[in-house]
Amino acid sequence: MSVWLHAQRAAIALAFSRLWVAPVGSALALLAIGVVLALPAGTWLLVKNADRLVRGTAPATPELTLFLAVDAEPAATDAVVQRLSAHGGVRTYRRVTREETLARLQAEEGMREVLELLPNNPFSDAVIVVPRDESPQAIEALAAEARSWPRVEHVALDAGLARKLDALFRAGRIAAGLLAGLLALGLLAITFNTIRLQVLTARAEIEVARLLGASDTFIRRPFLWFGLLQGFCGGLLAWLATAGAASLLAEPLSELARLYGAEFVFMPLDAGETVALLACAMTVGWLGAALSLRQHLNAE
Amino acid sequence: MIRFEQVGKRYPPGIDALVGIDLEIGRGELVVLGGHSGAGKSTLLKLIPAYECATSGSVLVAGQNVGALGRAALPVLRRHIGYVFQDQKLLFDRNALDNVLLPLAIHGFTPREALRRARAALDKVGLLAREKALPIALSGGEQQRLAIARAVVGRPNILIADEPTAHLDNETADDIARILGEFHRVGVTVLVATYAKHLFAGARHVVLDHGRLREAG
Repeated sequence: MSVWLHAQRAAIALAFSRLWVAPVGSALALLAIGVVLALPAGTWLLVKNADRLVRGTAPATPELTLFLAVDAEPAATDAVVQRLSAHGGVRTYRRVTREETLARLQAEEGMREVLELLPNNPFSDAVIVVPRDESPQAIEALAAEARSWPRVEHVALDAGLARKLDALFRAGRIAAGLLAGLLALGLLAITFNTIRLQVLTARAEIEVARLLGASDTFIRRPFLWFGLLQGFCGGLLAWLATAGAASLLAEPLSELARLYGAEFVFMPLDAGETVALLACAMTVGWLGAALSLRQHLNAE
Repeated sequence: MIRFEQVGKRYPPGIDALVGIDLEIGRGELVVLGGHSGAGKSTLLKLIPAYECATSGSVLVAGQNVGALGRAALPVLRRHIGYVFQDQKLLFDRNALDNVLLPLAIHGFTPREALRRARAALDKVGLLAREKALPIALSGGEQQRLAIARAVVGRPNILIADEPTAHLDNETADDIARILGEFHRVGVTVLVATYAKHLFAGARHVVLDHGRLREAG
């Protein structure tokens, strides 16, 4: 174990020294990796925050609103409420009388004058229903059933917009994932080429080491650590770039949200996302190094 | 310790470097391999750590047929053989100490133990005071001594030196021969390919002529 640890430590030290031996070249390679990783990380961050913003303003759970006919008697509303209370597919419901609706709208600025021009209360009784099963099929089935009830004139699905946005953000997250996959290939190519150059530079050392009895593992080890190290540093740069962007965007976006009467704080990548970013970068770096070594060490 | 059984080596396009070599070298022997330039001395030596493979016959080291060793076993064999290359193969971007530390890193010694052994090896060849010097700053004789230090630092059972005294003045050549003789005296099997067989008094002399063993005694 001790021998293994010493070997790893020596390989890590060698990987660091190889990174340091050409500082400008290494810095440029790390910058390229950082930019490549910052793109999907930034996209993910934007989608995540847009999702949070919408979830904070739109209803989180889907709702159905059952509107009764304008001339429906309160007894008809009572009958609908009775059906809902006995319905297994309903989680909660709330009755809103036409008088309550009128009173609420009259309280809103500019609406009182408009409503006073009308001869009668134009609103109908309504019941807001939260279904037990939130799947689109179950909601549609409940809405269809409610439409057939006496005196129910219209059924509105209030969560339609939220569902559409949810689908949009799901597509956004998939797009970020695809972008990450595509750019991971770019990172793989960068590491592959860097290791190729390293193998060429260390050709004499590799040849002598083999003559002296070095195993393939011994020769490959520092290069693999180099790939991991390069991935980690690139990932760190990408994290710094996204954290910097998040910090710059946070205040103006909060201000914008306040102007629209919403509370919103732009969040940077959390701990789990940061670990995932670094782990992905290191894995791809290691993989690029392994592929390059497979290609170029065998040719030596 | 080392046995050649009907060993042949042919290079393309059909040049025979070695033909029907039968030779046995016992544990702790000092063998000097002589012969004209192109006689096959270096080729013969390179077959022992399997730097090259025989095209016929077999080379056995401690009972193992080196030509049949797999990719994993070959490095283990090489770690038990110290080899002083004709062109030395020193790493010119590393100082003397780091050159000697390389085989110890391959062996897996701890840094402290490796440093102790490397300094002891440099001391043995009289280069301890120059451990920080790059090979380019060393004289031809010092470079040869550094190559010997690197070859022996892992305490091999077999030490092979390919023309270790070539291009050296008489005094330095004597010095190199003395150092190699000292390893033989502590029980290491030593094989030296050289024109200067007079430097190795008491050694068993083997002569190659156009790839064939002419004299063994």
